[in-house]
Amino acid sequence: MFRFVASRLLQAVPVMFIIITLAFFLLRFMPGGPFTAEKNLPPEVQRNLAAYYHLNDPLWKQYADYLWDVCPKRLMPQRLFADTNHDGRADFDLKAAFGIDLRPSYRSSRTVNEIIADELPVSLQLGALALLLALLLGLSAGAVAALWHNRWPDRLVSSFALTGICVPTFVLGPLLALVFAVHLRWFNVSGWQEPRDAVLPALVLGFAYAAPIARLARGGLIEVLGQDFIRTARAKGASEGRVVLRHALRGGLLPVVTWLGPATAGILTGSFVIEKIFQIPGLGREFVASVGNRDYVLVLGTVIVYAGFIIVCNLLADIAQAWMNPKLTLE
Amino acid sequence: MHSVTKLESRLAAEAGRSPWQDAWRRLRRNRLAVFGGVMLLALVLLCFLGPLFSQSYRETDLGNAFAPPGAAHWFGTDNLGRDLFGRVLFGGRISFMVGFVASFVALSIGVTYGAVSGWCGGRTDALMMRAVEIIYALPFTIFVILLMVFLKDPMQRFDAWFTGFRSFASWQGAGKILLMFAAIGAVEWLTMARIVRGQVMAIKKMEYIEAARALGYGPARILFRHVLPNTLGPVIVYATLTIPAVMMLEAFLSFLGLGVDAPMSSWGTLIQDGADKVEEYWWLLVFPGGIFSLTLFSLNFLGDGLRDALDVRGAKD
Repeated sequence: MFRFVASRLLQAVPVMFIIITLAFFLLRFMPGGPFTAEKNLPPEVQRNLAAYYHLNDPLWKQYADYLWDVCPKRLMPQRLFADTNHDGRADFDLKAAFGIDLRPSYRSSRTVNEIIADELPVSLQLGALALLLALLLGLSAGAVAALWHNRWPDRLVSSFALTGICVPTFVLGPLLALVFAVHLRWFNVSGWQEPRDAVLPALVLGFAYAAPIARLARGGLIEVLGQDFIRTARAKGASEGRVVLRHALRGGLLPVVTWLGPATAGILTGSFVIEKIFQIPGLGREFVASVGNRDYVLVLGTVIVYAGFIIVCNLLADIAQAWMNPKLTLE
Repeated sequence: MHSVTKLESRLAAEAGRSPWQDAWRRLRRNRLAVFGGVMLLALVLLCFLGPLFSQSYRETDLGNAFAPPGAAHWFGTDNLGRDLFGRVLFGGRISFMVGFVASFVALSIGVTYGAVSGWCGGRTDALMMRAVEIIYALPFTIFVILLMVFLKDPMQRFDAWFTGFRSFASWQGAGKILLMFAAIGAVEWLTMARIVRGQVMAIKKMEYIEAARALGYGPARILFRHVLPNTLGPVIVYATLTIPAVMMLEAFLSFLGLGVDAPMSSWGTLIQDGADKVEEYWWLLVFPGGIFSLTLFSLNFLGDGLRDALDVRGAKD
């Protein structure tokens, strides 16, 4: 187990390296630069800016310097928080914890570390809510469909799941906002001020993720429920609830867990579309804006955060799979 | 004598029923799949032929902006008084085109890659699959977004060059669409490669491949004539399910403002425009969004039906 986790984390190093390298050079060869949008910058200001951000160094040196800066210098954090940040709050800081310095942003007075500390929690809150909702809804719907296979609950669940897959969030989101925020006035149309602002975005995002979960859970459970050991359990007089919860669930949910690895990373770190629709100040919206602004370091910083989440979530999914499927061994 | 001919005809009938005919019969019996197929065909025809008859997608009529749906404009008009029905049909052309062509690109890359990897086996296979695993670990949406911005400039130059020819003058924005094919195709081939590789690995151990080898056929001929045609079932099924995924990705990119530019429209840009104005002008979102969802439904019905019809394992239930 320890060896498995260690080897997977070691494998993550080259993957991370490839991701950073690809993103770095893609960005650098993009048309436009971070300061081209600002017209009428006096030449000496431009020179100063370029010097401040080391944009005059040869590209390989910029690349090597950046790699060194984002390289974790400590693996065991001694402290987690920065001293004080721009608001006077002490936020979680990647630099204080791991020595990862994502550099000052080109377009904002904050550093990328601070921007991530500000905006990642928003995306995480929204994502966690949506994930919880998706799991509750998807798993129970999938189980109901599997238990009543080919009867009306199954058909109902399957059509709901297909609706979730075929009606994109960017159609469902504005429509729900129109009905519940504009007409019924139950919620605010957009923003992230009070707790109820989370309801509509989490609902839309959760529904979109519940659909594939329900489908996968249904398929997995149907397959498991047809196997011999389930018949044995039934023959031994186990109640239907016990058969499902104790015997079928573990194997039946395997496809869900496999899928959840990458999906969790996506849902937690921010949905570009949802954050745009409901004007939520999260990391997804920041990423899209920063690509448009050519804020190189902010794009790279967000890419690193996403990639880190994907690697960790995939690892967790693999461990969960091995725990659920005794036939599988961690290699 | 009589019974012999009867037997012969029965044998002939049975011999004449290929697995494909079996699959076709199963597909025809699946009502949802038939509905999906017919609906899809209708939508494609409407989008590609409709603009010939309906009102122009780009003709503006400022006096008639934001007209609600009615007899003159079935889906209403937008902020410049352009007929939304015409725009939805024209947007459908772009969306279908991106869906089909990008899926085809992804299919070609995936099948070739998977076939080579599965056929060669050993070290080559291990290396090629390792590469796929690494690409799987990349944050996809992010790289598609980066790629879209990265390729924007060369594509715009291509666009200017292309529309410089008089006969292609009305194809403004074609470069942007090519760009989407490339970006989406570069992303969507991975699963296809894995599927084809698995199939090829299984097929290459079969006896008829041995027989082909014994007959002295070269590896290229065996791969293309004997192995690949037998992977067709899963490839078709997966391709049908790739098209809606690609169309969704296109709409997603267009919604974020990274897709085709006005006066061209795709369903994604129309939905994005509608989402901005939905509080006052509901039709701007409801019609493009509704038609888009309908298309995705049809494609998914058809894809699921094909999977049931072609996949022998799933054919029983």
